[in-house]
Amino acid sequence: MNWAYWLPLLILFSSLGTGIAIFFLDEDQVLVRTVLNLAGAVVKLLLTVLVFVGMLTGVAYETRLPIVPGFELLLRVDAISILFMSLSAVLWLVTTVYAVGYLEGSPYRSRFFGFFSLCVTATMGIALAGNLLTFFIFYEMLTLATYPLVVHRGTRSALLAGRNYLFYTLTGGALFLAGIIWLKLLTGETDFAVGGILSDFVDSHAWSLRVMFVLMMAGLGVKAALVPLHGWLPQAMVAPAPVSALLHAVAVVKAGAYGIVRVVYEIFSTPVAYELGLLGPLAVLASVTIVYGSVRALMQDDLKRRLAFSTVSQLAYITLGTAIVGPLASVGALVHLVHQGLMKITLFFCAGNFAETLHVHKVSEMHGIGRRMPWTMAAFTVGALGMIGLPPMAGFVSKWYLGLGALAAEQGWVVGVLIVSSLLNAMYFLPIVHVAWFRSPAGPWDERMPEARWETRMMLLAPAVTTALLSVAAGVFAASPISPLAVAEIIAGRLYEGL
Amino acid sequence: MSDLVVWSICLPLLGAAATFVGPGRLAPAVGGAFALATAVTGAMVTWLVYDGGVMRHELGGWGAPLGVELYVDGLNVFMLGMTAVVALAISVASLTYFGVRDHAASGPGRWSSAGGYWPVWLTLWASMNLAFASADLFNLYIALELVGLSAVALMLIGRDTQVLTAAMRYLLASLMASLGYLLGVAMLYARYGTLDLYLIGAQLTGEPATWMAMALMSVGLFVKTALFPLHFWLPPAHSSAPGPVSAILSALVVKVSFYLLLRLWFVVFADLLSPTFGQVVGVLAAGAIVGGSVQAILQRRLKLLIAYSTVAQLGYMFLLVPLTIPYGGSEAWHGGAWSGGMYHMLSHALAKSAMFLAAAAVLLSVGSDRIRHFRGMAHELPVATFAFALAGVSLMGLPPSGGFVAKWFLVSAAIETGQWWWAVVILGGGLLTAAYIFMVIRYAFLPPSPPAFKPVPKLLQATAMVLALLAVLIGLRAVEPFALLEMGTPFVEAAHVGTHQGEVAE
Repeated sequence: MNWAYWLPLLILFSSLGTGIAIFFLDEDQVLVRTVLNLAGAVVKLLLTVLVFVGMLTGVAYETRLPIVPGFELLLRVDAISILFMSLSAVLWLVTTVYAVGYLEGSPYRSRFFGFFSLCVTATMGIALAGNLLTFFIFYEMLTLATYPLVVHRGTRSALLAGRNYLFYTLTGGALFLAGIIWLKLLTGETDFAVGGILSDFVDSHAWSLRVMFVLMMAGLGVKAALVPLHGWLPQAMVAPAPVSALLHAVAVVKAGAYGIVRVVYEIFSTPVAYELGLLGPLAVLASVTIVYGSVRALMQDDLKRRLAFSTVSQLAYITLGTAIVGPLASVGALVHLVHQGLMKITLFFCAGNFAETLHVHKVSEMHGIGRRMPWTMAAFTVGALGMIGLPPMAGFVSKWYLGLGALAAEQGWVVGVLIVSSLLNAMYFLPIVHVAWFRSPAGPWDERMPEARWETRMMLLAPAVTTALLSVAAGVFAASPISPLAVAEIIAGRLYEGL
Repeated sequence: MSDLVVWSICLPLLGAAATFVGPGRLAPAVGGAFALATAVTGAMVTWLVYDGGVMRHELGGWGAPLGVELYVDGLNVFMLGMTAVVALAISVASLTYFGVRDHAASGPGRWSSAGGYWPVWLTLWASMNLAFASADLFNLYIALELVGLSAVALMLIGRDTQVLTAAMRYLLASLMASLGYLLGVAMLYARYGTLDLYLIGAQLTGEPATWMAMALMSVGLFVKTALFPLHFWLPPAHSSAPGPVSAILSALVVKVSFYLLLRLWFVVFADLLSPTFGQVVGVLAAGAIVGGSVQAILQRRLKLLIAYSTVAQLGYMFLLVPLTIPYGGSEAWHGGAWSGGMYHMLSHALAKSAMFLAAAAVLLSVGSDRIRHFRGMAHELPVATFAFALAGVSLMGLPPSGGFVAKWFLVSAAIETGQWWWAVVILGGGLLTAAYIFMVIRYAFLPPSPPAFKPVPKLLQATAMVLALLAVLIGLRAVEPFALLEMGTPFVEAAHVGTHQGEVAE
C-alpha cells in the first residue's frame, strides 16, 4: 500500500468524485460547479504528469482489487496507457472550459457535467485497464455514461440517436463479453502482456481463437466505428458540441480504437494474429472504412455530419496501422491515436463556435465566415490541413509512419489507400477552407451572441485555438523526447523487442 | 450461539404481536425497532456462519429424525443475510411510505389501515427466516404456507378492487401449490419415515413414489416461484400491491420457494437429476427470460413492466439448474454455475426492491404509473430516476454490478460445459432487459410537461438509492459472498451428511 498502489485509483477518483459531487449541486450554483470541474480536471492532469514522470523513472504503478478469486480489477500504468491518459487528461481540461462556455444559461447543467465527468472516469479506466475484464467494465460504463449526454437535448432526433447508440454498443458489448469469457476459460487469464498470451494455443485452438477475435472485434469495432458497425456515429452528432468533440476525439471512438490496439498487440500479439490470418482481413476492413467514410463525408452539407464521417475514416487509420506488421506501422497507429484526437477536437470546437455564434450549421452557409471569425476559422484550417496530412502538421507524421510501415511490410497497396484517402480528405476539407476565406458572405450574419470583444465568447475560442496549437506542436516538435511520437516509438520498441 | 437462529425467527414474531396488540399510532415505531433488531440478528447469524461454519440447533433438545431441528449452512445464511438487508431497507421505506401521520388521521386514507401493515409484515419476515433455517420438510411446509398467507394479507393493505382480484388469484394459486407440496411430503414420509432433508437424500431411491413426490413438489413450487409458463398470477399481484409490498413480494417472497426448490432438488432428489431434466428446466427458464422480457417491453405501466421483469429475471436463476447438473459426459457438478445463479438472486433482490421503491416514489409524485407521464422525471425526481437506472444496470448485467458477476459465471459455465445455447439466451436476455429499462429512462430525459410532480419523501427515494447502490457495489467486492456460497454448495454431499450427523459447530 503506497503511492504506486493508490495513484491509479486517485486518477480515477479525481473525475469520479467530481462527477458525484456535481450531481448534488443545484442548477444555479454555477461558480461552485465550474470550480469543481476545473479543479478535478487540473488535478487529473497533474496526477497524469506525475505518473508519466514516475513511469519514465521506472516506478510500476499497479492496483489490484480482487472481485472474486480469478477475477480481479487490475489498473496498471504502462506506456500505452500513458499515451491515452495524457490525451484524455489534456482534452478533458480543454473541453471542460469549452463546455462551461458553451452551455452558459442552458438547462440541466449539473446533470450534464456529472455525466461528463463519469464519461472521463470511464475513459481513464479504459486507459489504465491491465486486463480485458477491467477494460470491459469501464468500456460498458462508458456506454452508460455517454447515453445521457447523447440524449441531453431531449429532442426526437437526440432520442433516436440515443436508441441507436445503445443498440449498437450494447449488442457489440454482449459479443465482446462472450469473447472475453471464452478467452478466459481457454487461457485462464486476460492480462495484457507484451508478446500476447495466446502463443501456446495457436496450434491447438486456431479456430476458437479466430472466432474469439471476431467476437472481440465486433464489440470494439462498434465504438471504433468500423464499417459496417459505424451506423450510430453520424447520428450521435446531434449531441451538444462539447459532447461530440469528446466523443469523436477522446472518449467513445478512441476507446474502441485503443481496445483494438490492446487486443491485437497484447492479447494476440502481431505474430500470432498474423499466423492466424487475422491481420489481412482487418487491414482490408480498415481500408474500406477509410475510403467509405471519406466518400460519405464528401456528400454531406451539414458540417458536423461531414466531420462525423471524417471521424469514421480517420479512426480507421489506427486500426490499419495495427493490422500491419512492423514497428513503423505501429508507431503510426499509436501516434495517430493522439494526433487524430487533437485535430478532431479542434474541428468540432470550431463547428460548435460557428453554430453558437452565427447559427451556421452547413458548409454552404460558411461563405466568408473567415472574415467574421478569423481565429476560429484559422484553428479550423489548421485542423483540416492536419487531417489532409500536410507537413508539418501532426496528421502528416501519422500518415508518414503508416506509409513507411506499409512499405516495410511490403504491402504497397496500403500506400495507395493512404493517397486516395488524402485526396478525398482534401476534397472535402479544402472547399470549406476556400469558401470560408475567399468568398464573400451571402448576407448579414445571424448573430446569436451579444457584442463581445472577441469574435465569440473567450471560453469558446480559447480551447479551439489551444488544441489547434497543440496539434501543430505535435507535428513540429515530433522529434522532441516528450512528443506523442516519442512515446509511440518507445511503445513500438517494446512491442517488437526481441522479435 | 446457535440460539441466535431462533431469535431471528422469534424477534419478528414478537414484533408482530407487539404491533398488533399495542396502540396503532405506536405501530411504526415499535415495528421499525423490531425490524432493526431482526435485521441485526440475521446479520449476526450470517457473520457467525461465515466465520465459524455450519450451525445446528435442536428445538427442545430433540434432534432429527425424532425432533425438529434448525440447520444453518452457507446457503441458509446467504438467504438470511440477503433478507435482513433488503427487509430492513424496505421497512425504512415503509415508515415514510405509509406515513406516521397518515395513520394517526382516521380520515379516508388510501390505505385501509397502515397499522395493519406492521404485524403482517413482521410475520412474513419471521416465516421467511423460518424457511431459511429449517431442514425438515414439514417445517418447511409450515413456513411456506405462512409466507404465502401473510404475503396475500400484506397485499390487502391496498384497497382498490384491482388488488383484491389479484390477491384472490394469488391466494388460490398459492394454496393449490402448497397442496401439491404437502402431498409430496406425505408420500416421502410414507416411503422413508423421516422428514429430514438430508436423511431422505442419503437413502433416496428412484422409484415411482419418489418420482411422483418430486413432480408434485416441483410443480407446486414452480407455481409459487412463478416459473414460466406458471407465472400468470405474478404480474397482477406484484403490480397492484402498494409500493413497499411490491418490493417485498418481488425481491424476497418468490425467492423463498426458489430456495426451497433448490434445496429439494440438490439435497433430496440430487440422485435423480439428469442432464435431460436440466435441459427441460432450462427451456422453461429461457421461456421466462424471453417471454417475460418481451411482455415487459410491451407494457405501458411502470409497475407491470417491473413485475414482468421479475418473471424474466427468475428465468436467469433457474438457468443455474441445467448449468450446474453434469452435462455432456462430465461427472462433476458445476460450482461456478451454482454460485453465479445464487449471486444473481442476491443482486436481483437488491435491484428489484430498489426498482419498486423508486417506482413507489414516482407513483406518489406523478399520481399515475403510465410511463408516458414520466416526462421530465430525471429532472424532477433525480434520486428516484438514478436509483431506477442503477438497478437497471444490475438487471441488464452490465458492469460493475452484481448482475454482471452473476452473468459472468453463468456464461462461463455455459461455454465451459459446451451448452453455448444458454450463453446466447443469457446475453440476448441482457439486451432485451436493456430495451425495457431504457424505454423508461428515455421518457425520464424528455423535457417535462404538465402534470406537475408532487414532492415525495426524501427517505423513500434514498432507500431506493441505497439498495440500487448495493446492487452495483456487490459487483466490485464479491469475495465474501462467494466464500459463503461455497459453504452452501449442496453437492459436496459426503461432507454435508458428515457435518450434519457428526461434528457440528455449535
